[in-house]
Amino acid sequence: MSKFTRRDFMKLAGATSAMGALGFPLGALGKADQGLAKVVIIGGGYGGATCAKYMRKLAPGVHVTLVEQNKNYVTCPFSNKVIGGLIKIEDITHSYDNLAKRYGVSVVHDLATDVDPVKKTVKLKGGKALQYDRLVMSPGVDFVWNAIEGYDAAAAELMPHAWKAGPQTLLLRKQVEAMKDGGTVLICSPDNPYRCPPGPYERASLIANYLKEHKPKSKVVILDRKDKFSKQSLFVGGWEKMYPGMIEWVSKSAGGTIVKVDPKKGVVENDNGFTWEGDVVNVIPPHRAGEIAQRTGLVDDKGWCPVNQTTFESTKHADIYVIGDAAVAGQMPKSGYAAGSEGKVCAAAVVASLAGVKLPEPSYVNTCYSLVGPEYGISVAAVYRITDKGIQSIKGNLGSPKDVDDTFRNMEAVYAQGWYDSTVADMFD
Amino acid sequence: MRRSRRALTVSLVGLASVMLLPLSAQADELSRAAMLSYTCAGCHGTGGISPGSIPSIAGKSAESLEKALKEYRDGSRFSTVMGRHVSNYTDEEIQLIAGFFATYCKQTVQSK
Repeated sequence: MSKFTRRDFMKLAGATSAMGALGFPLGALGKADQGLAKVVIIGGGYGGATCAKYMRKLAPGVHVTLVEQNKNYVTCPFSNKVIGGLIKIEDITHSYDNLAKRYGVSVVHDLATDVDPVKKTVKLKGGKALQYDRLVMSPGVDFVWNAIEGYDAAAAELMPHAWKAGPQTLLLRKQVEAMKDGGTVLICSPDNPYRCPPGPYERASLIANYLKEHKPKSKVVILDRKDKFSKQSLFVGGWEKMYPGMIEWVSKSAGGTIVKVDPKKGVVENDNGFTWEGDVVNVIPPHRAGEIAQRTGLVDDKGWCPVNQTTFESTKHADIYVIGDAAVAGQMPKSGYAAGSEGKVCAAAVVASLAGVKLPEPSYVNTCYSLVGPEYGISVAAVYRITDKGIQSIKGNLGSPKDVDDTFRNMEAVYAQGWYDSTVADMFD
Repeated sequence: MRRSRRALTVSLVGLASVMLLPLSAQADELSRAAMLSYTCAGCHGTGGISPGSIPSIAGKSAESLEKALKEYRDGSRFSTVMGRHVSNYTDEEIQLIAGFFATYCKQTVQSK
């Protein structure tokens, strides 16, 4: 069992400073691997990759292994641009090479199958077992199959969720492209909490943008389990301007709660027995913390992981931290940007824990851009603090102003691209 | 936490950081300034060096950064999002952030 103590950390610090101004040669220490603190991070997305990078920046003496089953990372942010035909999937696909080369993260492309919180081991599908002093889980979400009757993994091949980017994104894009002019795209939008609150509405926007040009008689209908949604007045204002009559929103009160689907017929049914038929049907089912978190006993009865919201250490098992969509992070939304913010706080908390020092007061941010059209951007910005009620926003979720001209909307679309480039670089470069 | 206690904790942490963490040229500081400033990287790039359309903020003088942030906050400088964002920060926090980016250099950990 790995036993890395604060004394070992101080010895390491001593050895490090003896190396001089250039710092220590990582390779040599890695090979020696004696008494180096070991951190394992499960999940190489916005949370896990950011956490890995920042942990190495804060404490180059800590050995960080990032377990990620996919060779490359496809971002959910901007996947709606692929679905809307504006970019290719290659444009949102990123490599882990720099995390390894520049930051010395040990990237292991495998699937974590089991965690033993007592022995502090992580078992991988390929057979290897990893020892840890601290474990960070950023496993994202997994879907609750059959919560909507008839909607399971097989159904998702006919009615894609495209709520994990990659093959599902391409599947939905293909279906939209193949649809006849005059067809209907249905988007079944979930109840709170879910990953990416404005996502379904950006999707409707960019699909409508494509249809307006290529299949102008077509319609998009959003069937919603909610009575209001993120950036609603901004989206609706944009739709009226850019896609008049094309996008219909059916709220929960108006019958938008879909409880049953027939994937072969393209039919969905609400809780009153009323049905819609779609030529393309996008179902975003209920979800909860990624399976590995569930299997390790880190979830509450709602399926999400409760944590100490200052450090992100699990309240269920010591020395295991949970960040990103899987975690209950107070008022922070489940977004990639928030996951990155949490990853940085968590990295600092893990390092502070290993070094036996107090963590400085954290700060947390969520800034999210959505595209109503290719040149029409909107945003929300929030800054959070830790309080006795958990993570709370200071001034709330501040959205773009309502009555501004096209130039302002264009600028926000340009900044949306910049925000995408910066968040990806902050994770991987 | 009261302001004076917080300041004491921050300086103690700073001292502890110097003693315990490998503060070679390559290790970041573990400080309140870093905790505040790390959050800026999602838009402005790691260390304030931006790869895209959002401006870089690394290496500007602390005075000019502090002035800009305060002008965004009071609305005297035009912005699309910064005014909303900075409305959340106190004067003390703005000073810490400005100081951080004025001195922060892009640091990479070399690995064989």
